[in-house]
Amino acid sequence: MNRYIIIPAHNEGATIRAVVSQVVGRFGAQVVVVDDGSADRTGGEAGAAGALVIRHPYNLGYGAALQTGYKHALAHGASAVMQMDGDGQHLPDSIEEAFGRVESGECDICVSSRFLHADGYDQGLAKRLGTAFFRVAIRLLCGLRVSDPTSGMKCLSRAVLAVFAHDFFPWDYPDANVTVLTQRLGFRIAEIPAKMKPTPVGRGMHRGVLKIVYYVFRVCLSMVVASLQSPRQFKNGAPQ
Amino acid sequence: MTFEQRVFASLTVVAIFLVILSLIRRGKLREEFSWLWLLTGAALLLLVYIDGLLAGLTRLIGAVAPTTTLFIFGIVFLMFLSMHLAIRLSRVSNDLKNLTQAFSLHLSETSRQAHGAPSPDDNRSTQSADGRKQE
Repeated sequence: MNRYIIIPAHNEGATIRAVVSQVVGRFGAQVVVVDDGSADRTGGEAGAAGALVIRHPYNLGYGAALQTGYKHALAHGASAVMQMDGDGQHLPDSIEEAFGRVESGECDICVSSRFLHADGYDQGLAKRLGTAFFRVAIRLLCGLRVSDPTSGMKCLSRAVLAVFAHDFFPWDYPDANVTVLTQRLGFRIAEIPAKMKPTPVGRGMHRGVLKIVYYVFRVCLSMVVASLQSPRQFKNGAPQ
Repeated sequence: MTFEQRVFASLTVVAIFLVILSLIRRGKLREEFSWLWLLTGAALLLLVYIDGLLAGLTRLIGAVAPTTTLFIFGIVFLMFLSMHLAIRLSRVSNDLKNLTQAFSLHLSETSRQAHGAPSPDDNRSTQSADGRKQE
């Protein structure tokens, strides 16, 4: 099996070395850090920890950084890709199980869910409301029940990678909108429990009221568009 | 339409044509973006010189004054132009993103080759999930 672990990172110099160290040399996977135009030592730290570093000359966005990793993995014949964040929130405990489920053909996308873990996950009220909202929205738009609609830790099959490498993939927020689209395209989505740390204070992607409002609007619009798209548009893995 | 109005409209159209041609000549505007402006100038000339066309249009859309018709079509034109530019900008942004990604991937590949490092597929770890080395 040709496994890859993709870690998009933007100004994660303080945490990226520890994150890479947790996964490098394990799972039989190549670790790739996509340094999304960081102003700090993110790329250097990741490289020193043993990751292959791909640097964007300027900041393109979380989704675009993920997509660069997908394109690299696809070009090198990846059979499955695990994606995780560079801020240290995601722990590697669920990675082997996620790879196993995708590689065995049990599912095409295996999402690591913090809410299925026995220890649970403590969120603030605003994030709890947001999570509940996206759970309901996904259920209404495509009939799928998910516990963690905004989890950034997931394992993807090669077939999913081939679709995500194309231009429709959101550059900024590939969240619940991508779940709706993949479900609509007929990919099988499964969830497994995963232990996660809370996002460090002030390090989350969604900071400030305006950014949160824009995020919700952007993802909702993208979800509605995804639910209207025809699977025939994506024949041969690419939007036609 | 009065003589003064016709002269003013004609001068405006001539000015638009001259500016567009000058921008194209100096390479600051591509021909593919100029057609909308040139078309607008031509439409303005038709409205000015074909008697009854503006009045007919005004009656058709239910406006009272011909100037209202001109303003409405002006606003519609600007909306169309904004949408056209937004579509072009989206395409250019997408192309730039793809180009940047391709550049980053290429740079990473050549940098690894320059340092004599093996391909990522050869560099894969042989340890199992629990960290034990698999010989």
